[in-house]
Amino acid sequence: MGYSFPEEVLEHVFSFISLHTDRNAVSLVCKSWYEIERWCRRRIFIGNCYAVSPGIVIRRFPEVRSVELKGKPHFADFNLVPDGWGGYFYPWICEMARAYPWLEEIRLKRMVITDESLELISKSFKNFKVLVLSSCEGFSIDGLAAIAANCRNLRELDLRESEVEDLSGHWLSHFPDSCTSLQSLNMSCLLSEVSFSALVRLIARSPNLKTLRLNRAVPLEKLSTLLHRAPQLVELGTGAYSAEIRQDLLSNLTEAFAKCKELEGLSGFWDVVPFYLPAFYSVCSRLTSLNLSYATIQSPDVTKIITQCPNLQRLSVLDYIEDTGLDALSLSCKELRELRVFPSDPFVADANVALTEQGLVSVSEGCSKLQSVLYFCRQMSNSALTTIAKNRPNLTCFRLCILEPRAPDYQTLEPLDHGFGAIVDHCKQLQRLSLSGLLTDRVFEYIGNRAKKLEMLSIAFAGDSDLGLHFVLSGCESLRKLEIRDCPFGDKALLANVSKLETMRSLWMSSCSVSLGACKWLSQKMPRLNVEVIDEQGDLDSRPDSCHVEKLYVYRTVAGPRLDMPSFVRTMNQNPAYRR
Amino acid sequence: MSSEISNITSEPPNTDAVTVGSLNINDTELTLGLPGESRKLVAKRRFSVITDLKLGGNHRSDSIITKNSPSKEQLVGWPPVRSYRKNMTKSDCKYVKVAVDGAPYLRKVGLELYSGYQQLMCAFEDLFSCLAIKNVSNEMKLMDPVNGTEYVPTYEDKDGDWMLVGDVPWKMFVESCKRIRLMKNSEAINGSGMHNSQIFETTF
Repeated sequence: MGYSFPEEVLEHVFSFISLHTDRNAVSLVCKSWYEIERWCRRRIFIGNCYAVSPGIVIRRFPEVRSVELKGKPHFADFNLVPDGWGGYFYPWICEMARAYPWLEEIRLKRMVITDESLELISKSFKNFKVLVLSSCEGFSIDGLAAIAANCRNLRELDLRESEVEDLSGHWLSHFPDSCTSLQSLNMSCLLSEVSFSALVRLIARSPNLKTLRLNRAVPLEKLSTLLHRAPQLVELGTGAYSAEIRQDLLSNLTEAFAKCKELEGLSGFWDVVPFYLPAFYSVCSRLTSLNLSYATIQSPDVTKIITQCPNLQRLSVLDYIEDTGLDALSLSCKELRELRVFPSDPFVADANVALTEQGLVSVSEGCSKLQSVLYFCRQMSNSALTTIAKNRPNLTCFRLCILEPRAPDYQTLEPLDHGFGAIVDHCKQLQRLSLSGLLTDRVFEYIGNRAKKLEMLSIAFAGDSDLGLHFVLSGCESLRKLEIRDCPFGDKALLANVSKLETMRSLWMSSCSVSLGACKWLSQKMPRLNVEVIDEQGDLDSRPDSCHVEKLYVYRTVAGPRLDMPSFVRTMNQNPAYRR
Repeated sequence: MSSEISNITSEPPNTDAVTVGSLNINDTELTLGLPGESRKLVAKRRFSVITDLKLGGNHRSDSIITKNSPSKEQLVGWPPVRSYRKNMTKSDCKYVKVAVDGAPYLRKVGLELYSGYQQLMCAFEDLFSCLAIKNVSNEMKLMDPVNGTEYVPTYEDKDGDWMLVGDVPWKMFVESCKRIRLMKNSEAINGSGMHNSQIFETTF
């Protein structure tokens, strides 16, 4: 073999390669590239915290600066994963505190992190800069106070959608006066009030602050004070957007918004009083991102806003926008990439708003750059889905939730197989798909045959038999995450596709027809899978192999069965009594 | 008199109109579209209007429930809306439902967001875009300019009585209002001195 480049040169070349998948590919070229790459990898992404152990990660990658970890399965968002399931950050921070003194960034999603862990973070890393806790839980304001007090160079603190125990409420004042490095602060999930004076002082001494997301408790009357201190903001999340009707308040707020020449993104908008909406009209022409999904404002008000936002790329709204608002969106917002429409009244069967499949069809017609859709509605048809598919072959993410399970095509009363079939047929780059409505095995045949780039698939109340699951497992080459609930899928498809499961990150199946015996068999056959059965009824030991498991979570791992499970989670094959 | 229409269903009405007093039952028939739009009767879908009409002297509440009304809360985790988001959309503000005669969709208004009746009327104008405020002396009415139909805002109070919106001080109204109905006023107010509450009695 010929000589290779000096290590330093290769390292320099590798420094331009940032995508995790590319890095992984580089490391597989040859042993020396593996060695060089592992010493210069600075960012780690671990999609399932149980797929690998902290020790293995640290041994392979000794010089990491940024760690991203995900814990609970996605369906935990919808209360399908019982409390205490796992996803603890503590074992990771214990080892990283020792091994990575130069760690700068920690990003966690759906993990449990305690105040103790937060304190450890704040004291272990001299150069700690970024903490993002997305949909996490297990900590309180005290933990935040430790971060504020000890992280001298903190740049980003983002608590998006985490559950924080608000005990004392006063943590902002723990940021020392010398801390001027803050660029991003997202505290929108906090329920209790923060000290306003501490907040103002913090903002005033943070000249690089670009993102500020307030929590609901920050009153509208005080928003202009904050904006005056931070006119350089690029992203703003308001607090509650309501106040008594006062002309002077409106003028102040309008003036404050007008001074923010860099604003591109808005969010917040709880409890909107429409009287105050015009205050931010002056920034609309610049807006690329708008989250009105907490704003209970009606279609005319929503429409008035979005028709002033020609540069809008991302929009989240409630279904109050209605079809008329979506028509206006399709005409006004030609740069739209991502649309999310949430239901205002998800538990009422009958429509409370005039939003139908037509709204989505309009947007698919008018917004040629639309790539990502999340749409809750109450009716859908195969023809509408086909139209959407033909209009928008560039879709990469299509998540449709028809509120009524197993709802058929409302016009023909047929299943929606053909409609979703058209989606996977036309949208060849589709990476993420969520199905709903009445669906037979046929739709899975379409998906298995056509959705070759599909990485994540969510299925609920669909299919007729194991054949459906078999089509997906045997056909979808790029599949990484599969989550299924309430489908008549049983043992056959699973056991016919065992090796597929090792090519995926994880499989979730709840309220399906998988037997305990099949779980045991799968676990024995595939030692590098953790086959976890979640069963809250207890007495799993005394159940016959033929009984169906409540919930099944299968994931590939090099770390073996985990040791932190609660009593209602059992990894198959762990207990010697189950071995043949 | 009241027993003839004791069960108002959403099926297409019979050709012979059933009337109670001067209220033609066809006026309350449920169709697609808001008042003012052309109407289509669709047999397949079922709508529901949640209204308690006090008919005759019995004060019987006749609620109209369709087969679709059972709530979805029995299914865990469905629809897939995060509980974080569920908590967020609820607010402390008192939201009441607003029904308009002839429209299948209810809206909600947050009463505490407004400081008076005038703003509430403006909100109705916004919510039901085909209606416009019609100012007749100090009476509050909305009108559909397309066909001249008038709508009178009424509300159900804490005692279950249906009252005219506007009679009591605003704060008292906000406190006692349970829901609102914009009632079609088939009888024109011709300024003959007929008191509002008398109209109320004869149309029921």
